Order: sequence, then structure tokens, then C-alpha cells
Amino acid sequence: MNAPVDPKKLIKGGLHDWEVIVGMEVHAQVSSRAKLFSGASTEFGGEPNDHVSLVDAAMPGMLPVINAECVAQAVRTGLGLKAQINLRSVFDRKNYFYPDLPQGYQISQYKDPIVGEGEVLVDMADGTSITVGIERLHLEQDAGKSLHDQDPTKSFVDLNRSGVALMEIVSRPDLRSSEEAKAYVTKLRTILRYLGTCDGDMEKGSLRADVNVSVRRPGEPLGTRCEIKNVNSIRFIGQAIETEARRQIAILEDGGKIDQETRLFDPGKGETRSMRSKEEAHDYRYFPDPDLLPLEFDQAYVDALAAGLPELPDAKKARFVKDYGLSPYDAGVLVAERASADYYEAVAKGRDGKAAANWVINELFGRLNKEGLSIESTPVSADQLGAIVDLIGEGVISGKIAKDLFEIVWTEGGDPRAIVDSRGMKQVTDTGAIEAAIDQIIAANPDKVAQAKEKPTLLGWFVGQTMKATGGKANPAAVNALLKTKLGIA
Amino acid sequence: MSVDEKTVRRIAHLARIAVTDDEVGPLQGELNAILAFVEQLGAVDVSGVEPMTSVTPMAMKKREDVVTEGGRAADVVANAPETEDNYFLVPKVVE
Repeated sequence: MNAPVDPKKLIKGGLHDWEVIVGMEVHAQVSSRAKLFSGASTEFGGEPNDHVSLVDAAMPGMLPVINAECVAQAVRTGLGLKAQINLRSVFDRKNYFYPDLPQGYQISQYKDPIVGEGEVLVDMADGTSITVGIERLHLEQDAGKSLHDQDPTKSFVDLNRSGVALMEIVSRPDLRSSEEAKAYVTKLRTILRYLGTCDGDMEKGSLRADVNVSVRRPGEPLGTRCEIKNVNSIRFIGQAIETEARRQIAILEDGGKIDQETRLFDPGKGETRSMRSKEEAHDYRYFPDPDLLPLEFDQAYVDALAAGLPELPDAKKARFVKDYGLSPYDAGVLVAERASADYYEAVAKGRDGKAAANWVINELFGRLNKEGLSIESTPVSADQLGAIVDLIGEGVISGKIAKDLFEIVWTEGGDPRAIVDSRGMKQVTDTGAIEAAIDQIIAANPDKVAQAKEKPTLLGWFVGQTMKATGGKANPAAVNALLKTKLGIA
Repeated sequence: MSVDEKTVRRIAHLARIAVTDDEVGPLQGELNAILAFVEQLGAVDVSGVEPMTSVTPMAMKKREDVVTEGGRAADVVANAPETEDNYFLVPKVVE
């Protein structure tokens, strides 16, 4: 909280510099087949009210029974956030009235959540990293969905989502810029996807954030915050924070004061606006749900789940740096998605780790991005890319030819080694053939030869000519060595 | 603890129960009688006693993560005053 203020993160107002303070409540949909308290499906979409049990529709006399897998997923997530796991937690009713909430209350956890304090390490683009405190994680039910555009006077309610398990992950107000906030959500999403506890699909609403924003002059106490509800993309999170911070700064510099309120971000208009109608609903009258006993388990249960966790991104990154000699930046790029990291390891196994990283990051990722493809749908398999790296390592092809080869494998597929053989792409290491090409060039360019003695940088020109003459297949190291001897350059 | 007229109106509204002006006075009296009755429990010293959540010592029942329900949209909306294509229809609510 009282870390020194980084002047680069401050926002310039008309009169002063301002520090923005951000905390987030991220709602992550738990990956499970059935809902939190019923046996209805969690599958996205579906015909209206088709994935609804009588529990989800809040029919009288129905009782909630908790889904054990949702509990396990919450504990796994807590472990992934290096958080305290509470062996005893309590479900409460959060009461409010809304048409897509048939119970009239949401089953949530208030005083005693399943997961307590933890932290997330967030790497920033400039190479620095920040630690964001996690205050708590609790389990709760999602609400149904209302459609407002079907009829001029009616809203249409579909309860398929009603009762699906959510994890609300509450951060401390440790974020100091929109960049940090975006990096935090990105990292949180990566951790959840590694754990397999939430698919992180923001387009389907599997991950959405309520963003708390306030501003202050550096060194002053925290200002009044506003909560921006339900922001559903990482880009919008950044925009919403920038927009809201500037709105608050303008009010404060005009001598006004900020009202604590709930606001909505409108990406189309680039503004946040008040949701006054929700204000009175803030009296949630929480009380323990009498239909549910406290949720209790023992440490052995937690330990068993911990033993089954996959290697998480921070550990994987450290291992890539240590075992493969990668830079922290490259390692960070590779571990951002578990599938990318697995692909890289398949390529790097038994090969030069750095060369493998270069090919995966620069050639493969570059090409995938350009085509808008994910690593899962790459046309070049790890085996194929590995073979290309091998061919370079063995001196069979040059790096330049390797790029052509990559292009062929990308578009046509096939075994890289066989392609090199059948298309005559092998690098010429036969010094006789290279010498012959060099002798011709020297004979044809006596003036350049003379100049080269004075100006050794002309060597580059000769290398280029030789490569051209040999169709790019000459071994560059051999060409260099031969040219230096023949031109008399030391 | 007791409630005033304003509180009676507010909690009625939060629960979306229509209460007429004539009913507020009598309701206030009834609620305060209940609160006074419950307040007698305050005389018992419960310091150091854990709140009891169940009369029998039992663990919460859990279900397996298996889809066992759904596929009965017509039943789900059967009691609704107004429906269309198995959606519930309600007076328009927009933020």
C-alpha cells in the first residue's frame, strides 16, 4: 500500500499529478459439468430454460446439495493463488430482488469464505514485477440471463446460467495503473487455465471483473471509490479504468467530490455512467443459509488436491530459465499458455533450448498470430519444427533456407528432412564448389577486390554475391572463411 | 430493538411486498412484538459457545459432478403468468 510512488504511473490532471488505485473482484466460472447446488448442466448456450432443475428455478421445497467437484476446484484455485485454505466455510444468502434471480437471494459466502489471503505475482512488459494481494475467494451462484431486446415492454428470462458455480476472487487495492490491472487479470486467467478450474473464456462470460477505481494525490489517504460492474474483456478493463480515473480527476480538480456508487462502462461511448437503480439493492441482509450445513473438510483432502496440481506458470518459467538457458522474457512468453509451453518443451527436448525458443517464438508464434490461429491449431507439429531445428544444428541447411523450409512445411506439410533431400535444399559445405563460385566473383569484380583491402566491410557484399551464386545454399561460415583468405582480409 | 414505520415500508419494498398505508401501523406492532420476544434470548450468556448449525453432528451432503437434471423447460415455466418459447416474460427491466 505504501510502496514508493512511481512517477511514470501517475496521471497528469489539469492542476496536479494523480495516482490511480485499483482493486478487482473477478468472477470466474468454475469448470464443472453440473451446477453448484443442482444436477443441471453448465454447458454454454442451450435452448431457453433447458439446463434448469427445479432447484435452479427455486421451486418451493427444493433443497440445494453441493457439487463436490466445485469445492475441489475452489480449493485448487486457492492453492494456485498461494492462499490460505479454510477447512470450514459457511454459505450465506445475499438477498436482492431481480427477475433473473428466482430465489430472491444468491447463495454466496460472506463472513467465512472457502479461501483466504493469497497473492499473485504479475510480470510487467518492462521487465519489472508486482505482487498483488488476494483478499479472499468464495463460491457463489451465478444468476440467470435477461434479454431486453426481444419485445418493447417485456424482458425475457432464461435460467440456464442460474446456479452455475462462480469463484469470486477479490484482490487488494494493490494496482496502480490500467496496465497493471490488465496484466493482473491476464496472469490470473493464465493461472486458472493451467489449473483447469476456469476456462477463462471472456467472450462467453466465463471471466468478468468488477473494477474498483479511486484516485488520490500521491501520499494522501485513499479517495472515494466507484465500482465499475461487469467488465468483460481485458482491453475494456484498461479503458474503463482510464476513463473512470479521468472522470474522477476532473470532478476533484473542479472542487467537487466523488460519490461512492456503482457504474457501468460503455465501450461504445467511451464513458462510465451511474447505475442509480441498483443503489438501494445494496442492502443485502446477509444471513447463513439454513438449507446448508457449514462446508468442512480436513487437511488431508487439501493435501491430496495439492499433490495433483500441475506445474504452475511461475514455476515453469523459472525452470525454463534454469534448464533451457532462456531469458525471463522468452520464458514468460512461452508459459503464458500451457499448450504453448508443452509445445515448446516437445521441440526443445534433446535440442538446444535457445534455438528451439527462437523458432517457436519468432517463426511459429509470429506466423500463428498473423493467421489468427491458436497453438492448438498449428499446421506445423512440434516434431516437424524440431526436425527443422535439427537440420540447422547439423549444418545441413542454413538459417535462411530453414525459413523457406518452414514455409513449405507450414503450407504443404511433410517430413522436413525428406523435403530438404527431394528439393535439393542442402547447404553446400563442399569447399571446392564454394571456391569455384568465389573465384568467379573475384574475377568479375577486380575493382571491388581492390577496395576490399582498404575497406574490410565490403566483405558483406562478397558474401551476398556468393550466397546468390549458390542459391543461398552455401554454408555461411565456410563462405566467410574462404573469402577472408582469398581477399587477404585478416 | 424495534422498527419504526419507515423501516417497515423499506423492508416491505426490498421484499417486493405491497403494503398499504393502513397496514403499516399494525405490521409495525406485530414485528416489534416478535422482536421483543426474540430479544429475551439476549438474557442468556453465550460467550464462548459456538453457534449451533445443526441439532445432529453431521457433515454436509455432497453430490457427484454429474448432469442428472434438465430438459424440462416446459415444466420450469409452467407456473409463470406469461411465457414465450419457454422464456419467462417479465415487465421490462433495463439498466
